[in-house]
Amino acid sequence: MKISRRLFLGGTAVALTAPWVNRGFAADDITIASIYDLSGGLEIYGQPIDACLDLAVSELNEAGGLLGRQIKVQKYDPQSNIQLYTQFATEAATSLQAATVFGGITSASREAIRPILSRYQTLYFYSPLYEGGVCDRNTFLTGSTPSQTIGQLMPFAVKNFGKKVYVLAADYNYGQISTKWVRDYTAQAGGEVIAAEFFPLDVTDFSAAIQKIQREKPDVIYTLLVGGNHMSFFRQWAAAGMAGQIPIVSTSFGGGNEHIVLTPAESDGVMAAFGYFQEIKSPANEAFVKRYHEKFGDKAPYVTEHASATYNAVHHWANGVKKANSLDRMAVIEAIESGSTVNGPGGPSTIDPKTHHCATDVHIGRAKDHSFEILESFANQPPADTAAVCDLVANPNDNQQYVIQ
Amino acid sequence: MDYFLVVLLQIVGAVGNLALISVGLAVIFGMMRVINLAHGEFIMLGGFAAIFSVQAGINIWLAMLVIAPLSIAVLGVVIERLVMRRLYGRMVDTMLASWGLSLLLIGLATTFFGNRVVGIAAPVGSFRIGDYSLGAYDFVLAGIVLVVFAGGYAVLRFTRAGLIARATMQNREMASSLGIEPSRVYAITFAIGSALSGLAGGLLAPISGVLPTMGVAYIAKAFITVITGGASVITGTALSSTLLGSINTVSTFVTTPVLGDVALLLAATIFLRLLPTGITGRIFKGAP
Repeated sequence: MKISRRLFLGGTAVALTAPWVNRGFAADDITIASIYDLSGGLEIYGQPIDACLDLAVSELNEAGGLLGRQIKVQKYDPQSNIQLYTQFATEAATSLQAATVFGGITSASREAIRPILSRYQTLYFYSPLYEGGVCDRNTFLTGSTPSQTIGQLMPFAVKNFGKKVYVLAADYNYGQISTKWVRDYTAQAGGEVIAAEFFPLDVTDFSAAIQKIQREKPDVIYTLLVGGNHMSFFRQWAAAGMAGQIPIVSTSFGGGNEHIVLTPAESDGVMAAFGYFQEIKSPANEAFVKRYHEKFGDKAPYVTEHASATYNAVHHWANGVKKANSLDRMAVIEAIESGSTVNGPGGPSTIDPKTHHCATDVHIGRAKDHSFEILESFANQPPADTAAVCDLVANPNDNQQYVIQ
Repeated sequence: MDYFLVVLLQIVGAVGNLALISVGLAVIFGMMRVINLAHGEFIMLGGFAAIFSVQAGINIWLAMLVIAPLSIAVLGVVIERLVMRRLYGRMVDTMLASWGLSLLLIGLATTFFGNRVVGIAAPVGSFRIGDYSLGAYDFVLAGIVLVVFAGGYAVLRFTRAGLIARATMQNREMASSLGIEPSRVYAITFAIGSALSGLAGGLLAPISGVLPTMGVAYIAKAFITVITGGASVITGTALSSTLLGSINTVSTFVTTPVLGDVALLLAATIFLRLLPTGITGRIFKGAP
């Protein structure tokens, strides 16, 4: 399952010295590549993504594979290191000749490998939720974007809790751009962002922020905090006796298993909006979670939106291959553009041909006792933010990430 | 007015925090001229020791104040014996060796404990000042730090063991010729420094949680505090923590956490330009 570094080095050595061996055993199988951080700081995001990729591929293989051939996944672990991303993407596109590549967790890693795969004309799927705006015909993005999640969460928060919003965000492109969206959607909902604070990923001391929040007395706090260090905010918030005093909403809380790691006293009541929660009550999701636990055991990591969107991504690709009856990149792209819907665990995920993003159901959940209870669901939300700037039907050669103002 | 008081209390908390994460490094660097770049990992392992003890059902105070320092002291003894002993007097080599050790400890902790945050709830509640609610734990922590520093000062200043330690620190050859065994003094000093790092880890666990890579976030601040403090282990660290902690907190309140760190680093840079041997290199010279 997991590729050890030694195994990987060995495999690379064999692949480099004798490329024909690689091609030889791949003759019958379809080889696809996955590049997700399975160690290092981002491991907590990578593990459930990797598991859901495995689940989707094994389902396809059990159903007879694609074009009568089995699918084989070559896994690369970039160890939370961007340099390894570029190296592995090049390798997947050239020596491995992968039919398609699934990979990238942070936006930085995506922007590192997207140009490479585009240059080598290798089809690329990016599945984590992100800040929106990528417009590239070679790339399909199955995760949610701000208009889908923040666009639902903000009206919900302003309606239920009040107009004054205080934002705490991670200090890199995801947090900065998402904060712009929060401002935008808060204004549209009739509220106001009274302050936004940004924290580098190594910050663990939030006591000044906690006192500032108490001085400003917002009606609701919006967190876009990321990673293990930032979980300290919720600890210190609870230790200051503030838990439950001011409602907290978020579009990142839960994506890094915050609700599992923190105690219920620290995390209960935090509300998050995602395209997927493991607790969604639907026959499709209950069957999915059952299959997931049968395959990986009861201790398997919590399925995040990143992971369920990866499951959808694999099936979108399979839809394209079946429809095109070919592995040819352009044929598969055109087949997916002509319409692909996956009835995924979080609800239907439908490709939007103009943006290569997905219309998806969005849910608002509230943390309770290490899990989420679903408060509201919104069916079939379009990727409106990216659609406002990107039209690949009209401009198929467009290839950039728009920064949406 | 309430807000002013709150900021003042936060400064006390921040100073205590900075002094806590620096004191282990200060003891080892000040006494032995060994730059222990694995200091952050000692903190991390102290945190894990406390958390695993609590999870095993041990009282949280016992876990933080006794088990965490003791277990890291044992680790310190082993490391001193295996690695540091061979490198005394070679400052760059000790840096390289302890940096390697730091990477090794991060790797081992990731392998055995997993690369995820574990935490425990703070053992004391909160209190109110006017409209503001504050965690009481920060101040318990500041109190413990005060006790540690007062105790350290008293031991170095008034006891025979402290005299021997200071003598060895000032002139190793002379101390040796007077019948003191420097290697023994060094071993004990390293163990005490490690224990203080472990204590810091244990006490920080409820505030920040514990992650194998957490040490990286502390080592730079601790290092800057110790260098700014200068030659006197206790007085220097106390003074520089007070100075840098206040600057950091005030600027964080006025601006953002990023500029707060910038202000801390800027202040340290200016101080080291004006006082190249640290605060206690010029004033309070010779205090322990």
